[in-house]
Amino acid sequence: MSKRKYGLGLSVMLAAGTLLAACGSDEETQETNGNSGEGSEPTEETADFSVAMVTDVGGVDDKSFNQSAWEGIQKFGEDNGLAQGDGGYDYLQSASDADYVTNLNNLVRRDFDVVFGIGFLMEAAVNDIAQQQPDAQLAIIDAVVDQPNVASVLFKEQEGAFLAGVAAALMSESKQIGFVGGMEIPVIERFEVGFLAGVEAVDPSIEVDVQYTGAFDKAELGKTTANRMYSEGVDIIFHAAGGTGNGVFAEAKERKTKDPDANVWVIGVDSDQYEEGAVGDTNVTLTSMLKRVDEAVYRISEAAMNGEFPGGQSTVYGLAEEGVGLADSRGAIPDDIMAQIEEFKQQIVDGEITVPETRE
Amino acid sequence: MSNRLINILVPAVSVVLGLLVGALIMLFTGYDPIEGYAALWNGIFGDIYAIGETIRQITPYILAGLAVAFAFRTGLFNIGVEGQLIVGWFAAAWVGVAFTDLPAFIHLPLAVLAAAVAGAFWGFIPGLLKAKLKVHEVIVTIMMNYIALFVTNALIRYVSDGGDNTGRIAESASLGSPFLQGLTDFSRLHYGILIALAMVFVMWFILEKTKTGFELKAVGFNQNASEYAGMNVSRNIILSMVIAGAFAGLAGAMEALGTFQYANVKGGFTGIGFDGIAVALLGANTPLGVVFGATLFGALQYGSLNMPNEAGVPVEIVSIVIAIIIFFVASGYVLRLFLEKISSKKEAK
Repeated sequence: MSKRKYGLGLSVMLAAGTLLAACGSDEETQETNGNSGEGSEPTEETADFSVAMVTDVGGVDDKSFNQSAWEGIQKFGEDNGLAQGDGGYDYLQSASDADYVTNLNNLVRRDFDVVFGIGFLMEAAVNDIAQQQPDAQLAIIDAVVDQPNVASVLFKEQEGAFLAGVAAALMSESKQIGFVGGMEIPVIERFEVGFLAGVEAVDPSIEVDVQYTGAFDKAELGKTTANRMYSEGVDIIFHAAGGTGNGVFAEAKERKTKDPDANVWVIGVDSDQYEEGAVGDTNVTLTSMLKRVDEAVYRISEAAMNGEFPGGQSTVYGLAEEGVGLADSRGAIPDDIMAQIEEFKQQIVDGEITVPETRE
Repeated sequence: MSNRLINILVPAVSVVLGLLVGALIMLFTGYDPIEGYAALWNGIFGDIYAIGETIRQITPYILAGLAVAFAFRTGLFNIGVEGQLIVGWFAAAWVGVAFTDLPAFIHLPLAVLAAAVAGAFWGFIPGLLKAKLKVHEVIVTIMMNYIALFVTNALIRYVSDGGDNTGRIAESASLGSPFLQGLTDFSRLHYGILIALAMVFVMWFILEKTKTGFELKAVGFNQNASEYAGMNVSRNIILSMVIAGAFAGLAGAMEALGTFQYANVKGGFTGIGFDGIAVALLGANTPLGVVFGATLFGALQYGSLNMPNEAGVPVEIVSIVIAIIIFFVASGYVLRLFLEKISSKKEAK
């Protein structure tokens, strides 16, 4: 390590120290920080703060939800000069529902300052650990855990999905659109409801074929569902199905490879899935509905580092907070249509349109 | 070499061989095998918390193993443990949630019983079809797994008004115990292990000490001979599947009333039921053997979680290493043949 970096790290640490000291009421944070500093040497040159996450069964490379969270943590780690491992940042993957408690516990025991549970599936596990380890700082995405040491993060998926619906309705030539969902759970229903509302806002006559595959990790189911939809004349499919959605991409890419003029599009979800849709020089990704889990994870980590961990609160990220939105379409959507989408976006931000959250 | 020595030597050598090959794989992929196995060991026995969690993981494996082993002794291949477990899980959770003001000594047994009955019913259908219409139980039980998965998912949605979770069971139906949790530093160890061990005894008792057990085994050995001897083959086939299903249902109760304390909508199978097949075969379909098989499976399964945590070995490599260890233990038969050949040669000289 260069001396310069050392000095920088030291000043960051000092700054963090003063900030923490300023926040006298938050004794817990100081305590945990002190503990983690003793055990490991490299923390001295960097910010004295560590953060970790537990994935749900999708795994850290699911190309959407978990991956997005991990990217947020990695970015946070790099920005603060942390290294992967103890006293820095890390993740653990869960192979089954039974592993959540163990993984969360392992990370808490390794003295990470904040431990994230990614996904609503971990709601009960986070709740248990929060009670058993009152000194730990936990955070959960997509669920609310009402404990003083847990920060809950929710997204207004319906608002982002609404824009995806607008984009799909304006771009569709066959006037048939598909929606492929993962499990039929409240979070995914918000995607569906928002998407349908967006399509309807543009053209109520468009039919949307809504299908749930019942799983987030079955690409083959996504592929067969997409195959059926495209064969029936659907030209744009929006998926909210995690790993299952990779099958939707696979089907679209297969069709595009066979016939470069095929009019098949996929709208990605959670992170920018442009890379996922590349076929030679073309791409089947129309756009992606971003759910900025990375941003939320980053912000909570940052707040916690500054001694302002939002424990006991739930934060909702919508369009106005830029927690959801559309990814760069890279020219797939022409400018005039982008302008229309932008109008809808402004109306939602201004509260002129309220996107429904649940099915009526 | 004496038989006894071989019986002890074979599993031991198999485990060592499995560990060695696993170590080679870690070495080739650039991870430290010693660190990896130390993490595995710590994951299983490292502290009192790990031990508690390991026992918790073993509990459903014992019951799932019994469910396969019991049917196997009657000559039936019960692939439907997964489905029987899932319906048992739901039944126990539902009883746990639906009744709120029952005293614990009624509520808990009722919930456990509900799981056993639900599992038994799920075993009864393939048993009946096999006995009366000669439909092969492998096909029926596999299909019943899917029916169980999606029917319970629908039922959970129905009872929770469109949600994905039944909600937490009442305290009076819980197998969890503050005493055991306090003893093991907040692990999820619960009293279910006592039920599982009791069932091991029950299986041994039925098979070895009762007339019914004798008949069940006889049907397993030779259906025609049993029929000739005046036994009711159909009745025994159905009975065997019902008892096996009840064991599997109890495994579900362990998850519903012990580990999770709720039932949630599932995207896929739990895997416990399928692992139960391996557990039973590792244990040579005997009650005590199942306990050993389940211990091996449960301990490896749980301990392996610590390998990415402590040694940084990726999950994928861990899965390969664990599979190889189990693979070698299961192929102990080959080793046995080899040893017998050596010893017979020596005797010939």
